[in-house]
Amino acid sequence: MIRRISIAILVTACLMVAGLLLLAWRPSIAPIEPPSRSTFSAELVAKGEALSAVGHCAACHTQPGGQQFAGGYRINTPFGAIFGTNITPDPKTGIGVWSLEAFTRAMREGVARDGSHLMPAFPYYAFTKLSDDDVKGLYAYLMTRPAVNSTVPANTLPFPLNIRAFQEGWKILFFRSARYQADRSKSAEWNRGAYLAEGPADCTGCHTPRNALGAEETRHAYAGAVIEGWIAPALTDANPSAVPWTQEELFAYLRTGVTSLHGATGATMTPVIRGALALPVVPDSDIRAIALYFSGIDRASARANDVDATTRAAVASSYVSSDQAENDPDASLYTSACMSCHYNAGPTPLASRPELALNSSLMLAEPTNFIQVVLNGVTNTETMNNTQGAPGLVMPQYSSLTDGEIAGLAAYLRRTRAKCPPWNDLEKKVTAIRRESMASR
Amino acid sequence: MTTFDLNGKTVSVQSPDDAALLWVIRDELGLTGTKFGCGIGFCGACTVHVEGRATRSCITPVAAVSGAKVTTIEGLDPTDNHPLQTAWLELQVPQCGYCQPGQIMQAATLLKDFPNPTDQDINAVMAGSLCRCMTYIRIRKAIKLAAARMRGDTSHA
Repeated sequence: MIRRISIAILVTACLMVAGLLLLAWRPSIAPIEPPSRSTFSAELVAKGEALSAVGHCAACHTQPGGQQFAGGYRINTPFGAIFGTNITPDPKTGIGVWSLEAFTRAMREGVARDGSHLMPAFPYYAFTKLSDDDVKGLYAYLMTRPAVNSTVPANTLPFPLNIRAFQEGWKILFFRSARYQADRSKSAEWNRGAYLAEGPADCTGCHTPRNALGAEETRHAYAGAVIEGWIAPALTDANPSAVPWTQEELFAYLRTGVTSLHGATGATMTPVIRGALALPVVPDSDIRAIALYFSGIDRASARANDVDATTRAAVASSYVSSDQAENDPDASLYTSACMSCHYNAGPTPLASRPELALNSSLMLAEPTNFIQVVLNGVTNTETMNNTQGAPGLVMPQYSSLTDGEIAGLAAYLRRTRAKCPPWNDLEKKVTAIRRESMASR
Repeated sequence: MTTFDLNGKTVSVQSPDDAALLWVIRDELGLTGTKFGCGIGFCGACTVHVEGRATRSCITPVAAVSGAKVTTIEGLDPTDNHPLQTAWLELQVPQCGYCQPGQIMQAATLLKDFPNPTDQDINAVMAGSLCRCMTYIRIRKAIKLAAARMRGDTSHA
């Protein structure tokens, strides 16, 4: 009896897997001769260039120090390492023999020219929203880049995750191919911002938490997530910043990487804002549109009261006299190591003097970002993991402080500047992050 | 190998990425005006400017300044006549002199951010710059003198 049931279950399982593999099958699209550059109008290429910039394609498809779009960038997922592919028009190692149809299918459905499924580390589920014209523009742009012969390292996903056909299961569960639908009740600028943010920029890719199978938890869109050992903060009104993210603040941040009322960029957000082929080449109007979109999600205008008072109080808290520091080792440490750069005098902070009482890193539920910055400093270019910050702002590495000292400083600043409930297990977290940082060097 | 701008000239150094900028400046590049005091960013003797902002070079790995503009005391002014430097000389600020390049570099950023600094501004921004000979009173006077001159206020001259 048990034998019969076991066999029945086994056969059913095999049938299901066979069924899934059948469903997963996609035809290979015939290779073409790499199209000559003259087949693409300058206008179309320019459109693609602007979209590629807002989508920061180069960030994932270029190895640090490598040639643009030639792949090799390592993405550390919870399932293993996935390497960005070569999307230059090289016929052998890139997408040179991909027709527009093949390219479009990849962008809209996550299927490569040969019919194999692409891993959702490539956010086809966001790019599916792109319009026909925009996909054509991106194709024109990529096909007119210099071809680079470069083979990318193989992904290190364990069995059975490395069987691409099984991605069909993931797609059945989590993916629907659909273009962007405009919201008629909103302005053209808002819709432009929504289209860019939800489509090519795929902000949700880092700022929305994911479930155990790596799919975004769409019910918690923009609720924040942990990316490569840093926290990508919530973009909803759950964002804990002291001052709300208005359209002006968001625009300044996305345009320059720093605002005096919020702080500076860091970690994997920096290549988005500073990458040579990323936001710096996107026009102001598009960035303003994205900023407008998120100022709605953040519900900034509803909370924009008393910014002046908050700012004044923040600035006032940046000064600690020697009397005040006398019996408090954490305050004393702040005056010796931090105050000379982080002090501000009213009424508003200078952007080059990041105001700790307004800084998001002290207000997040976890001390991760704060600890990362103290341990690793902030660099001018990307040299060590995720240390590049805003232009012109370099912070030294305070790794010479002990775990206990950093924990004490964190608790002190959390209490006196952020005025938030205490973080738990601070010293353990510093130790863990320090170990991670050293391991990834 | 790291390449950056030092006092207006592009330099490429062989020191490893994690070598402290302080030692790269002193040993590999031969500019000894910047001093070692504590090695942990708590005394200010090592202060240089990175992109015009005072930074502790003893805890800044040289890779962190790749592509950036670095200025040492030797490069603060082409003829060593920055208003801070002339004020320092006029008021005979140094005693042993060891901390003074760091003090001047830190004060230069102070005056950039606070052109008319109050005593509190000076306390806060100079808090990390220690002087064992206790010339603090003369340092404060010299900062105010230089600030006044930079503002074009001749009543202090």
